[in-house]
Amino acid sequence: MTRESRRAWLTFAVALGWFFLLLWPLTGIKADGSLTFDQTLAIFWRVAAAAAVLVVFWRLKRKGSFDGAGRGLATARAALARGISVVPAWIWWILLAAGALSYPLLTNRYGQDVAVTVLVYICLGLGLNVVVGLAGLLDLGYIAFYGVGAYTYALLSVNYGLSFWLCLPLAAALAAIAGCIIGYPTLRMRGDYLAIVTLGFGEIVRIILNNWMELTNGPKGIISIPPPSIYVPELEPTLHFVPFELRKITYAYYVILGLAVFTVVAVHRLNFSRIGRAWEAIREDETAAELMGVNTFLLKLLAYAMGAVFGGLAGAFYAARYRFVNPDPFTFIESAMVLAMVVLGGLGSIPGIILGALALIALPEVFRGFELYRMLAFGGAMTVMMLVRPAGLIPAKRMGQRSEERD
Amino acid sequence: MAEPILEMQGVTAHYGRIQALKGISLKVFPGEIVTIIGANGAGKSTTLMTICGIVRATAGEVRYRGEVISSQSPDVLPARGLIQVPEGRRIFPRLTVSENLDMGAFFRKDEDGIRRDRDLVFELFPVLKERRRQPGGTLSGGEQQMLAIGRAIMGRPTVLLLDEPSLGLAPLIVQQIFRIVKSISEENKTTIVLVEQNANLALNLASRGYVLETGSVVLEDDARALLENPDIRKAYLGE
Amino acid sequence: MEYFFQQFINGITLGGVYALFALGYTMVYGIIQLINFAHGEFFAAGGYVGVIVLSFLGAHGYMGTHPWLCLAFSLVLTMGYCAMLAMAVEKIAYKPLRRSTRLSVLLSALGMSIFLQNGLMLTQGVYDKAYPTAFVQGGLDIGGVRISIMQLLILGLTAVLLFILNALVFRTRIGKAMRATAQDKVMSALVGINSNRIISLTFAIGAGLAAAAGIMVGLYYGAVRYDMGFVPGVKAFAAAVLGGIGNITGAMLGGFIIGMVEIMAAAYVPHGGEYKDVFAFIILIAVLYFMPTGIMGENVDDTRV
Repeated sequence: MTRESRRAWLTFAVALGWFFLLLWPLTGIKADGSLTFDQTLAIFWRVAAAAAVLVVFWRLKRKGSFDGAGRGLATARAALARGISVVPAWIWWILLAAGALSYPLLTNRYGQDVAVTVLVYICLGLGLNVVVGLAGLLDLGYIAFYGVGAYTYALLSVNYGLSFWLCLPLAAALAAIAGCIIGYPTLRMRGDYLAIVTLGFGEIVRIILNNWMELTNGPKGIISIPPPSIYVPELEPTLHFVPFELRKITYAYYVILGLAVFTVVAVHRLNFSRIGRAWEAIREDETAAELMGVNTFLLKLLAYAMGAVFGGLAGAFYAARYRFVNPDPFTFIESAMVLAMVVLGGLGSIPGIILGALALIALPEVFRGFELYRMLAFGGAMTVMMLVRPAGLIPAKRMGQRSEERD
Repeated sequence: MAEPILEMQGVTAHYGRIQALKGISLKVFPGEIVTIIGANGAGKSTTLMTICGIVRATAGEVRYRGEVISSQSPDVLPARGLIQVPEGRRIFPRLTVSENLDMGAFFRKDEDGIRRDRDLVFELFPVLKERRRQPGGTLSGGEQQMLAIGRAIMGRPTVLLLDEPSLGLAPLIVQQIFRIVKSISEENKTTIVLVEQNANLALNLASRGYVLETGSVVLEDDARALLENPDIRKAYLGE
Repeated sequence: MEYFFQQFINGITLGGVYALFALGYTMVYGIIQLINFAHGEFFAAGGYVGVIVLSFLGAHGYMGTHPWLCLAFSLVLTMGYCAMLAMAVEKIAYKPLRRSTRLSVLLSALGMSIFLQNGLMLTQGVYDKAYPTAFVQGGLDIGGVRISIMQLLILGLTAVLLFILNALVFRTRIGKAMRATAQDKVMSALVGINSNRIISLTFAIGAGLAAAAGIMVGLYYGAVRYDMGFVPGVKAFAAAVLGGIGNITGAMLGGFIIGMVEIMAAAYVPHGGEYKDVFAFIILIAVLYFMPTGIMGENVDDTRV
C-alpha cells in the first residue's frame, strides 16, 4: 500500500463517516421517540459498496491498469468509424429516415408515446441550445415559452376555433414576443444574474397562468382542445375534402417528427449562418464582438426570440396532443430538465442534444421500477457530468468559453 | 559560502500550453540581496509566484532551507518565513489599513509581538498610521506599496520576495521605499529577492543579480559586474 | 392604522427569515462568485432536522416540560447538521470545479439542489410534516396590534444571529480572513490563509443561518415540505441582490425590504395575495435592471464581502 493510496482510502473512510452522520438523522430518529439504524444502514451499505467499487476503479485507472483496455477501445472505435464511412453518408440518411418513418408500424402505443415525448424534448432542447449553446446566455426559465405556445393554441382553438396549422406560426410568434419581453430587460446583465432573472420570469409566467382565472381557468386548466386535423379527399359522391382529425398517437408521432426535423434543420442552418457566427462571437467574447461591429444587443434579443420560437411550436403540439393544458407541467424543474439534456448531450452540438433527450427520457422508461429515484439520479448525474465531462457526451466542434469567465 | 537558503533547480512552469519558465536555476544565500532583472514578459513575476507555489512548477525543484517546497500548498509558506510582496501590491481594497496589516500576521499567535511589529511598521511609514482606519483601496499608489511592504514585515520574513516595488511610483517615493528595503535587510538580516525592471536601481542595491530572458536565466553575476557589463548597460540600462 | 402596524410587524418577521436565508447566498457569492442553488435545500433540510429533533424530544415528554430548552437544543443540532451538509456539498460539487467555467459550476449546483431536494423527499415523504407549535401560542396586545410569541421569538433569534455574524465577520481574525479571501484569493494565500478552509467555513456559516431560518419558517407556518426551499430561495436571492450581492449588511437590509414588500403588497394591492410571489421577482428584475450593484454595492466588479 503506497502512501498515496493510503491517503485515498483515508479520505474515503472520512467521507463515508460524514455521509452516515448526514443520513442518520433523516432516517434513524423517529417521531415516536425511538432511534433505529436499520433503514440508515440499508441505504448506507449500498452506497458504501458502490463508492468502494468506484474508488478501486479510480485507483486502478490512476495506476494505468486500464491503458490496454483504453487502447483496445480506441482501435475498435477507429475501426467502427472506418466501417461507417465506407458506406456513403446519404445511405445512412435514408436508413435513418426510413427507420423514423416506419417506427410507429414496428412499435406499440407505449413505444410511440415515449418516442413522441423524446421528440418534444428534442425540439425544446434544440430551442434552448440556440440561447445557451450558441449565444451563451444561460436561461433557466425556458419552459415558459413552451407554456406560452401551449396556451396560445389552447385558447385560440377553444375560443375561436382556429386550426392547429394556423396556430403553429401564431404560437411561435407569441413565444418569440414573450422571448423579447423577457430578453429586453435581462440582456444587459452578467451571466449568473441572467440565470436567476430568467428563473424568476419563468416563475412569473407560471404564477400568472395559475391565477388569471378569466383567461386561463387557473389550475383547473383548459379542456377539450381539438387535435390537429387535415382535409382528406373523398370521391363519393363527387370529389370533395372532409376534415379528418389526427387523434391517434401514430398521427401525433408524425406531426412531432415533422416539427423535430424542421427544428433540427432550422437550428443547423442558424448555426452555420452569419447570425450563428455572430452568436458564437458574442459567446466567446462579447466586447470583441461588439468592437467588430456586431450589434450584440439585437442579436442577443434575436437569440432569445429564435429559441422561444421552437419552444412555442413544441408547446402548441403539447396542447394538441394531450388536448388539455394546465400550469402544472411548466415548472422550474422542467426547465432544469431541458437544460440538463442540452448540457448532458453537449452544448451547441445537435447530435449531442438528441442523444441527451434520448438518455433523459428513454432511460428512465427502461428503469421503470426506479421511478421514485429518477429525479435523484438526474440531479446526481448532472453534478457528476460537470465533474467528469463538462463538454457533454458529444461535444460540439467549435466551443470555447466566455471571456468573462477567464481569469 | 554557507548553504543557500532558497534554491531553484531547473524549474519549468506553464500557463495552459505556454511555457513561461524554461528551466530556471538560481541560488539565494542567507542575508543577501539578490535581484532578478529582465524585460516585460521575461518570467520574473512567474519565478516568484512559482517559488511561492501559486504557479505550480511542472518540472524541477524549489528548495527552501534545504527542503523541497514545490509540492506544498502555498498557504503554509508564510509561516515558515517565505513572504512575497507581489506585483501590483494586491492590497485588500475593502479591508482597512490596519486590517491589511493584521492579515500580514495572520498565521502568528503572539499578540504582543504583533502589536510591536505594527508599531514598527507605523514608525517606518508614518502615513499608514494616519490612515489606519481607511480602506486599503483608497490609498495612493505609493501608500499602497508602503502598506504592502508593511504587511509583509508583519509576517517577520526570513526571505522577502519583492516584485517591482518601484512600478508606477514617483522617483522620490521609490527612493524612500528602497531605503527602507535596505534597512530591513541590514537590521533584521532578512534575505531579499528583488524583481525589478528598473535595473539601475536594483543592481545598486543588490549584491548579486540574475538576468532573465523569455523564461531562462541568461546571465548571473555580482551586481557590480552586471552594472559594468556593456550588454546589460545596452539592454537594460538604456545606453 | 392598526392594520398597517400589524402588517408592519408581520413584514419584519418575514423579513428576518429572508435576511438569515439571504446571508448564505451573499457570503458564498462574495467568496466564490457562485449562485449556490443548493442553499434552498439547506434551508429545507434545516426545517426537517429541526422537526425531527423536536418530535423526538416531544415523544419523550421534554417538550411539555422544557419547550424552550428543546428548541435551543434542536436549533444548535440543526445548524450543525446543515453546516456539515453544506461542507460536504461544497467538497463534492464545487471544489473540484474551482477552475472550470461558471456555467459548469452553476449546473453542478443545480444538480446538487435537485439531488438534495429529492433525497429529502425520499426520506421524509411528499406530504407536509407538522411542527409542534403549542408552546409558542399566545401573544401580546399593544394598542390593538397583536404580536405573537412566535414573532417575538423569530425577531429575537434573528437579531441575535445577525449580531453574532456581524461580530464574527467584522471583528475576528477568521472574519477578516474571510473578507480577505473574498477580495483576493492569491494574496490571501500569500499571507498564509488556506482559502479552501475559509470557503468551507463560509458555506458552513451560511447553511447554519439558513437552517435557523428553516426552523423558524416551520414554526411560523406550522409545517415543512421537501420543496419549501425553492420559492423562498429565489426571494432570498432577490434580497441578496437588492442589498448588493456579496455585501453582508446589504443582504440583511434586502431581506427585511423583501419581506416587508411581500406582506404590504399582499395587504394593500388588489389581488396581491395571489400574486405575492411575483413581487419579489419584480423587485429582483427591477434592481438588476436599474441598479445592478444593489443598494449597498459600491462598484460593479467590486461588490464582494
